[in-house]
Amino acid sequence: MSRRLFLQVAGGLAAGAALPAAAQANRILPVQDIAPLIEKITGGRPIDKRDVTVELPSLAENGNSVPLRIRVASPMSATDRVTDLHVFAERNPRPLIAAYHFGPAMARAQVDTRIRLAVEQRVFVIASLSGGRFLSGETHVVVTSAACIDEGI
Amino acid sequence: MAIARLQVPSTVRAGEAVEVRVLVQHPMETGFRREADGRAVPMNVVHSLVCRLGAVEILRAEFGTGVSANPYLAFWIVPPASGELVVEWVDDAGAKGRVAAPIAVS
Repeated sequence: MSRRLFLQVAGGLAAGAALPAAAQANRILPVQDIAPLIEKITGGRPIDKRDVTVELPSLAENGNSVPLRIRVASPMSATDRVTDLHVFAERNPRPLIAAYHFGPAMARAQVDTRIRLAVEQRVFVIASLSGGRFLSGETHVVVTSAACIDEGI
Repeated sequence: MAIARLQVPSTVRAGEAVEVRVLVQHPMETGFRREADGRAVPMNVVHSLVCRLGAVEILRAEFGTGVSANPYLAFWIVPPASGELVVEWVDDAGAKGRVAAPIAVS
């Protein structure tokens, strides 16, 4: 068997083996409907999809601890500031990861933390601004070793 | 009593932004994990954490199970006045923790 043929066969087998596992993970952890949670935050007001940067590694080796940085382009002045951040991961068993409420001494609309991600998914952040406006941003992450899906597998 | 670390510069020039870094030692049990004998480990996470400088609330955070074990949080503040920076938290079992560091604004 030539090296090329071996690699083609082995690659095909690996891809075939990987697919059902991924499909199974998606079956167990479907995208949850976070619309009611968002509705509770915004009260149905519109969200602008801009100015919120969600920094995550594009490939996370371990879903148990994924570094996350959220930055919102905001002057953080007394009249124009970010008051709250809400972080969602729709394919986590509990999609609301964290909420942050900023007091007046915050210098920047930025937080760094570490989060758990069950599977490859998008991480979605809503920023509430003073004056009742809302911004959002999102990032897609690939997770190779998932967190918190021991149950049922 | 949980162990925690709070890192912040001890002296700050007035109006200067400084980074506050907090690390709380806590397993952040999701409730999805089981012991070797099959018993479910009950959910127990630090559900809320508050950072204050004197009487001023700087940041309040609510965590779910999506926050990693040993929750880490970093953010930037402009300390309005000298005082003690205090971080307090509560977990689902009702255990409370507190860590503090003085800040001098010059």
